[in-house]
Amino acid sequence: MNLTATRPQLSHLRALESEAIHVMREVAAEFERPVLLFSGGKDSIVLLRLAEKAFRPAPFPFPLMHVDTGHNFPEVIEFRDRRVAELGERLIVASVQESIDKGRAVEETGPRASRNRLQTVTLLDAIAEHGFDAAFGGARRDEERARAKERVFSFRDDFGQWDPKNQRPELWNLYNGRIARGEHVRVFPLSNWTELDVWEYIDQEQLEVPSIYFSHEREVFRRDGMVYAWRAGTELLDGEEITSERVRYRTVGDMSCTGGVVSEAATLEEIVLEIAATRLTERGETRADDRVSEAAMEDRKKAGYF
Amino acid sequence: MTLDLLRFTTAGSVDDGKSTLIGRLLYDSKQVFEDQLEHVALASERRGGEGTLDLALLTDGLRAEREQGITIDVAYRYFATARRRFIIADCPGHRQYTRNMVTGASTADVSVVLLDARRGVLEQSKRHAFISALLGIPEMVVAVNKMDLVEHSRERFGELVSEFGGFAERLSGVRSITYIPMSALNGDNVVERSPNMGWYDGPVLLEHLEQVEVAYDHPDEKPARFPVQWVIRPAGGAEAEDYRGYSGQLASGALRRGDEVTVLPGGGRTRIAAIDTFDGELEEAMAPMSLTLRLEDELDISRGELICHPERAPIVARELAADVCWMTEEPLRPGSRYVLKHTSRNATAVVDEIDDVVDVHTLERDPPPAELALNDIGRVRLRTSSPLAFDPYTSNRRTGSFILIDESSNRTVGAGMIAAAA
Repeated sequence: MNLTATRPQLSHLRALESEAIHVMREVAAEFERPVLLFSGGKDSIVLLRLAEKAFRPAPFPFPLMHVDTGHNFPEVIEFRDRRVAELGERLIVASVQESIDKGRAVEETGPRASRNRLQTVTLLDAIAEHGFDAAFGGARRDEERARAKERVFSFRDDFGQWDPKNQRPELWNLYNGRIARGEHVRVFPLSNWTELDVWEYIDQEQLEVPSIYFSHEREVFRRDGMVYAWRAGTELLDGEEITSERVRYRTVGDMSCTGGVVSEAATLEEIVLEIAATRLTERGETRADDRVSEAAMEDRKKAGYF
Repeated sequence: MTLDLLRFTTAGSVDDGKSTLIGRLLYDSKQVFEDQLEHVALASERRGGEGTLDLALLTDGLRAEREQGITIDVAYRYFATARRRFIIADCPGHRQYTRNMVTGASTADVSVVLLDARRGVLEQSKRHAFISALLGIPEMVVAVNKMDLVEHSRERFGELVSEFGGFAERLSGVRSITYIPMSALNGDNVVERSPNMGWYDGPVLLEHLEQVEVAYDHPDEKPARFPVQWVIRPAGGAEAEDYRGYSGQLASGALRRGDEVTVLPGGGRTRIAAIDTFDGELEEAMAPMSLTLRLEDELDISRGELICHPERAPIVARELAADVCWMTEEPLRPGSRYVLKHTSRNATAVVDEIDDVVDVHTLERDPPPAELALNDIGRVRLRTSSPLAFDPYTSNRRTGSFILIDESSNRTVGAGMIAAAA
């Protein structure tokens, strides 16, 4: 930036960054007990960088929390712990396995079993247990059509439910953070970012991401037009076979419902080029959880999902 | 290459073809992904459209919307061309329309007002144009849609231009209006030039959106406004103990290291010792950057106070007159109390008087009503529990706006644009 220019202007990434930092500071100032949901995925990696920009040289005014399904990619868990240690911040791990052990959630069975839906139980229990009144998430409005309707400050009632027909109007950059006891808000600082913005920002900031985002050789099988990682214990259906392919991941979720894409992109620049040229949305290409019905995401969000 | 970011708003009901227009814009500019298209194809088929793509379905996000063929709430959509990135605030027109239009317009640089070529300038289009002007959007595009249903008539287009122009003359603050004849259904003049309207030689919609000059002031022309959001004071460590930084987003103007500044409403004076960011110290900064300021003197500053240059200070007052758009069933009445959020400051506000209410048909300000009902816009006098440092909305959207929150339900019930101290 140079103010002697005739028309100085922030780049679109700097403008999005500044807007997101503003949102994070509003939350820190107006809530008693915020938390930042960190999955080790690209969007929450960006959230951590934004939190550094918003609050350093002080520590973050909130802990980080990961809802661990127990079916995460090991590379991602390793990365998560390393990144948290580098930052010197506190991480809470809320475990879906524990929810199952306590009888709060029931494991799905069969070859298509997934812990995706169970995460909601664990997440809401953890929010209640720790008394969190605001939870930062990395969701973006370009991801999915129900999300296109969601506010930056997304109000949740005391059952954790989202009511899309009854949202608070959100004007200018004035966010209404007032809630009653037991209610909370989900806050999405990346609401106005696209997938391409996220990758360009990771490239600009030279942020480390888990290795599974880059092209690598992996044992996979194909199902419903998607490429899944094979792991011990996965039940294969008739006609499915395990092959070895060069893949990378566009999203980081549960191994059981996150597909990879066949790709040779091995650097951040190559990923940016690949995303700029893609003709498929990230969730459409790689998330089985959204394929359940026309309104799969909407239904899960109403119940309290991320 | 760095692109501009342009935010624009549309409003209208299903009948105007608004969803079809946005669908067309996304589809023809190749911003629709294959899996989204597959969804739309399937859904179109289920709804009986044989082999046709109902592009309106691209923008309907919620189950109830697809079932009932309506749009419920403001949705935000993103697309990019080689020249610009766009954020569309897509506002439904049939229900809660004022509330939705005001919300969408509050962050927009350009407003796209839809007209149905057959039906002419209806109340909804007038209302959208009025709200766009009131919310400080200087650039307006009038999309005269469904030209295919009036035989692509140049005369009909001319009639609508003069009818709308007559109405718009009375709107203040609109810098320019661009009229474009189109058929969103057939894709005429949205992204591709229409072979059916050879008489039209203006820009097509996307071309115009790519090129339109957004109102721009050099940061030094605008007074600096820095509302303090958050105070950074790390605990522990000798070096950390000395650190006290005031964080916020520069709402307008520019600041430089060494500038003399005042802190309002208190009025203390000091100089900027440093402009900090995570990426290092800066000599100068401009809106809308998020920053942390260190000051030369230890003043007792907290969230909600405003840092600015003393010679270009805003108004500081506890009584103000503002245009308020009312957004809830329970009406606004004199004597009512609300939480008022202005920049990073919360105060309690009491309604002293309602001066007038706007008739959107005539743009007249009607004599004082007893109350403001849902979707009404009127001039209101408010008193606040603590002084606010503000500018008139027409000169500064960030320091001239506020929201009103109901203290018992915590809902956002009103949007305010400050006219002056009362």
